[in-house]
Amino acid sequence: MDLVTPGIGMIFWTTLSFLILLFILGKFAWPAILTAIRARNESIRHALEAADKAKEEMAILQADNKKILAEARAERDALMKEAKEMKDKLIADAKEKAAEEARKLVQSAREAIQREKAAALNDMKEQMVSISVDIAEKILRIKLEESKAQKELVDKLINEADLN
Amino acid sequence: MSERFLTVLTSFLIGFIFLVPGTQLYGQDEHHETDDAYQETVDVHQAENGHGEAAEEEFNATEYILEHISDSHEWHILTKKDGHHVSVPLPVIIYSKHSGLHAFSSKEIAHGHTHKGFQMGHGTIEIVNKKGETVEKSLKGKIIEVDEHGEMVEAGLPLDFSFTKNVFMMMLSVAILLLVFLSLARSYKKMGTSEPRGLAGFIEPVIVFIEEDIAIPNIGEDKYYRFMPYLLTVFFFILLNNLMGLIPFFPFGANVTGNIAVTLVLAVFTFLITQFSSNKGHWQHVFNTPGVPVWLAPIMIPVELIGLVTKPFALMIRLFANITAGHIIILSLISMIFIFKSVFVAVPSILMVLFMDFIELLVAFLQAYIFTLLSALFIGMAMPEHHHD
Repeated sequence: MDLVTPGIGMIFWTTLSFLILLFILGKFAWPAILTAIRARNESIRHALEAADKAKEEMAILQADNKKILAEARAERDALMKEAKEMKDKLIADAKEKAAEEARKLVQSAREAIQREKAAALNDMKEQMVSISVDIAEKILRIKLEESKAQKELVDKLINEADLN
Repeated sequence: MSERFLTVLTSFLIGFIFLVPGTQLYGQDEHHETDDAYQETVDVHQAENGHGEAAEEEFNATEYILEHISDSHEWHILTKKDGHHVSVPLPVIIYSKHSGLHAFSSKEIAHGHTHKGFQMGHGTIEIVNKKGETVEKSLKGKIIEVDEHGEMVEAGLPLDFSFTKNVFMMMLSVAILLLVFLSLARSYKKMGTSEPRGLAGFIEPVIVFIEEDIAIPNIGEDKYYRFMPYLLTVFFFILLNNLMGLIPFFPFGANVTGNIAVTLVLAVFTFLITQFSSNKGHWQHVFNTPGVPVWLAPIMIPVELIGLVTKPFALMIRLFANITAGHIIILSLISMIFIFKSVFVAVPSILMVLFMDFIELLVAFLQAYIFTLLSALFIGMAMPEHHHD
């Protein structure tokens, strides 16, 4: 029966020591420990969040990088293409221009030849005309000489007669 | 600041025990009188028994076990072969209506001596209780006050506030708890948010467990925090005393958490905290249980009121019975050796004791956990959320 009868002394000492323990630990130990644990949990949570965020940012950054790279590549391709086109165009233009020039040259040469030819022909014609006139003149002269001589003779005769 | 405070407090607690003069161990040279006196009593005893040596006495397992699980005014360590007891005397603090407050060492009243009119009781006394019945009450282990003629004084049993074995171990556990947790608090302040090392790494999971698995689910996220100091203190107090009670050497092995007064005080603390933190919903539940017809109130109100008390009562009995039972089983198994008076019984007996010690180790944690869990549960139940009505 003694075992289940609480003794006054034990009740007193238990109350006293437990209250002292509760008071001191409750004032100096538990708040400090609980706050420290909480603070650490918070910091771990923050660190994890920050890590997640960093990961996300990294992913975004990587995606951005890829995009930028792709854009750069595309731009490069476009530039290359443009340059090539330009080059082709330049070459084509140059060719065309050259051809045109050549054509023009040929044209002018041809014109000049034509002109020269016409001039030469004209010259020739003139010469031939003059030659033929000369020939005709000569012939005429020859012919005329005969008649002229006759005429002159006549004339002389007349003239001589008249003078007399 | 806390370090100095701690040192002072610890030394005070330990020193207080030895303040009472003459607290050296028995059996030393300066205590010849005591030894001689004891030798005399042994001789008388032998003469009465009329046969051989004192060691040949019949082994009484019940007495042995009860002696170990009950409180004591001196700390018995061992009995030598020649019948000398080696005990640590503890301070006796006693208040008598007859002669006032007294404090002396338990050495003074050991072995049947009378000091200032006080002596250790033996035999039984007949007491008339409130119902008028006469009951026999054992005086064994109690300090009684006697007059010059050796008769018990009329004032009844004096109030015993002695610094007994249980008080001694409990104070020791309080000192250890203070030492551990104050230094832990200091190290937490120092280490900031770095990972817990050493002792902190060992204890922190327990603290976090009490917070996250006991307090928060039972009391609620928004209200639990102010009960944490109580829950943590009660958990570690019970746990340490359970564990220290399992160590069979001085100054451990006292049956503190198996003492009904200790569990009573702890249960009363839980009860008071529960009632003082209760809200309207709790009392409404007691006096006007939702969903119960009004005409049942004469039955329901007493039932609910009894229910308020049975909860802490169950707490008290559960802890007391579990720890005491554990001690009894272990002591019984050890008693087997002496009952059979055979070394060969020792082997299975010790193996069984070892096995029981492991179980008791589990029980030590389990009971501390259950007490804390149920305290949190009762506190939470006394603060019901308003949404259900």
